[in-house]
Amino acid sequence: MIDFSKDFPLLQTTDEMGRRLAYLDNAATTQKPFAVLDAEADYYKNKNANPHRGAYDLSMKATQVLESVREKTKRWLHVPEDGEVIFTKNATESLNLVAYSYAMNAVSAGDEIVLAVSEHHSNLVPWQNVAKAKGAVLTYLYLNEEGRVTKEEAQQKITTKTKLVAIAQVSNVTGYVNPVEDIIEMAHKVQAVVVVDGTQGAPHLFVDLGKLEADFYAFSGHKMLAPMGIGVLYGKKKLLEQMPPFLYGGDMIEYVEEQTTTFAPVPQKFEAGTQNMGSIAGFGAAIDYIEKIGMNQIRSIEDELTAYLIEKLKGVPHLTIVGSDSLENRIGVVPFVIEGVHPHDVVTIVNKDLIAIRSGNHCAQPLHNFLKVPATCRASVYLYNSKDEIDRLAESLKGVRRWLGYGA
Amino acid sequence: MELDELYTDLILEYSQSNTHRKPLIRPNYKMRGVNPSCGDNIELELNVENGMIKEVGLLGNGCAISQASAAMMAELIEGKTVEEAKQFAKTFIGMIQKTVTDEEALEVLEEARAFQNISNMPARVKCAVLSWHTLEEALEKEE
Repeated sequence: MIDFSKDFPLLQTTDEMGRRLAYLDNAATTQKPFAVLDAEADYYKNKNANPHRGAYDLSMKATQVLESVREKTKRWLHVPEDGEVIFTKNATESLNLVAYSYAMNAVSAGDEIVLAVSEHHSNLVPWQNVAKAKGAVLTYLYLNEEGRVTKEEAQQKITTKTKLVAIAQVSNVTGYVNPVEDIIEMAHKVQAVVVVDGTQGAPHLFVDLGKLEADFYAFSGHKMLAPMGIGVLYGKKKLLEQMPPFLYGGDMIEYVEEQTTTFAPVPQKFEAGTQNMGSIAGFGAAIDYIEKIGMNQIRSIEDELTAYLIEKLKGVPHLTIVGSDSLENRIGVVPFVIEGVHPHDVVTIVNKDLIAIRSGNHCAQPLHNFLKVPATCRASVYLYNSKDEIDRLAESLKGVRRWLGYGA
Repeated sequence: MELDELYTDLILEYSQSNTHRKPLIRPNYKMRGVNPSCGDNIELELNVENGMIKEVGLLGNGCAISQASAAMMAELIEGKTVEEAKQFAKTFIGMIQKTVTDEEALEVLEEARAFQNISNMPARVKCAVLSWHTLEEALEKEE
């Protein structure tokens, strides 16, 4: 396996004992390569002016950065002719944009909004809010014994009453890839609109939005090597054009009179105020970095690491992988618990060995209630991780119970 | 702070304690406390008669730190007045925030002084104070 960690300055730092951090919390955020950090700095050193405002060269340069990264994003995601890409702060803002500008106008009393019980709070709470405001019904897709969303369950729940379906491409807790293609097909048969949360999908899977046919697709840049503060919302133009703006203000207008305003066309209509240009430049560099390695190679690295991670976790006494240890249709996100030790204690204890994993309910409380575990530990890999780091995690986990006073 | 200062025998013993781990029959004070990010979840029940805390019940689940802190708190406040309990909570939170450092003032906290250095482990502060904040909220709500 090629060692990509050398491209990541944070992963190169060592502590006073000469140890490197084993960063295994990539589902929360990823580290940033030099190329991304340099692109962000380069923007502020050499290209910084307010885009779309000035007629002078520097402002044109800034505009050029914004629009070229938009084009790059569209190319990377295979955005079809009838789709558009809007820059937001993160996936949460993207999903709220859809909730407020689309759903609040399209959903009425008695309509059903279908979503999986495994959704991240950011793809759950906005719909709960819409349902409450409009008198609509939230209908949950429950999971099978492995913890997966199934086609059969979707078939049962998506009906002619369904107005909107919100579904993650990949669960941030279980790492399972959801059958989104099937769900989109079912939803479109009943004229429902589908919002796909691609936050755990875009960084790890080949995405072709032309083929996927999602009506909206949202994700965050920071989980795919880009800086924090940049997110993407893809939407079909015919929906975006009929939606009212989400935020009102500068840069999203055409003519402003004292009493009325006409709005700029899509995408500017949804990009009020000055954008996070440094992060946009970094996001463009992140796409370049990923494309240079290639999604196929990223997949094969991650698949190898995931298989190794699961094998190693299974060798830790008293450890149970939550859901299943199947490698089918999953990414490298693995939740687990250790008998008798709360996940938060597990994280504190492995932290002493300079290993970063996550504990808690990972912004998915309804899922944890469904699985009947109050919290889980979660290890998640990305292209720069190594088997050595996974070995360190497994070794450290073997010692966890001793700290809590158990024999072994 | 080293791990062996955190997971001491005393804290481990209290984290496993079942003394107060029961629902009360007719509690007149009830409050839920959560740390949403880590999943600690405490349900505190109190039976108060004439300003005196007669009985304390603790439900819910959480990490060793949150459970031990809650068990120590329950032991401390049972049989004390509401006013004393409020003062204990203030002192405990002051100890964590390092605004109360006087050893004599901290003596009233008895075993709960075990968390005196938890502020050196910022990720675990929330766990240690959860039950105490829940107690404050429970007692304020009834006023």
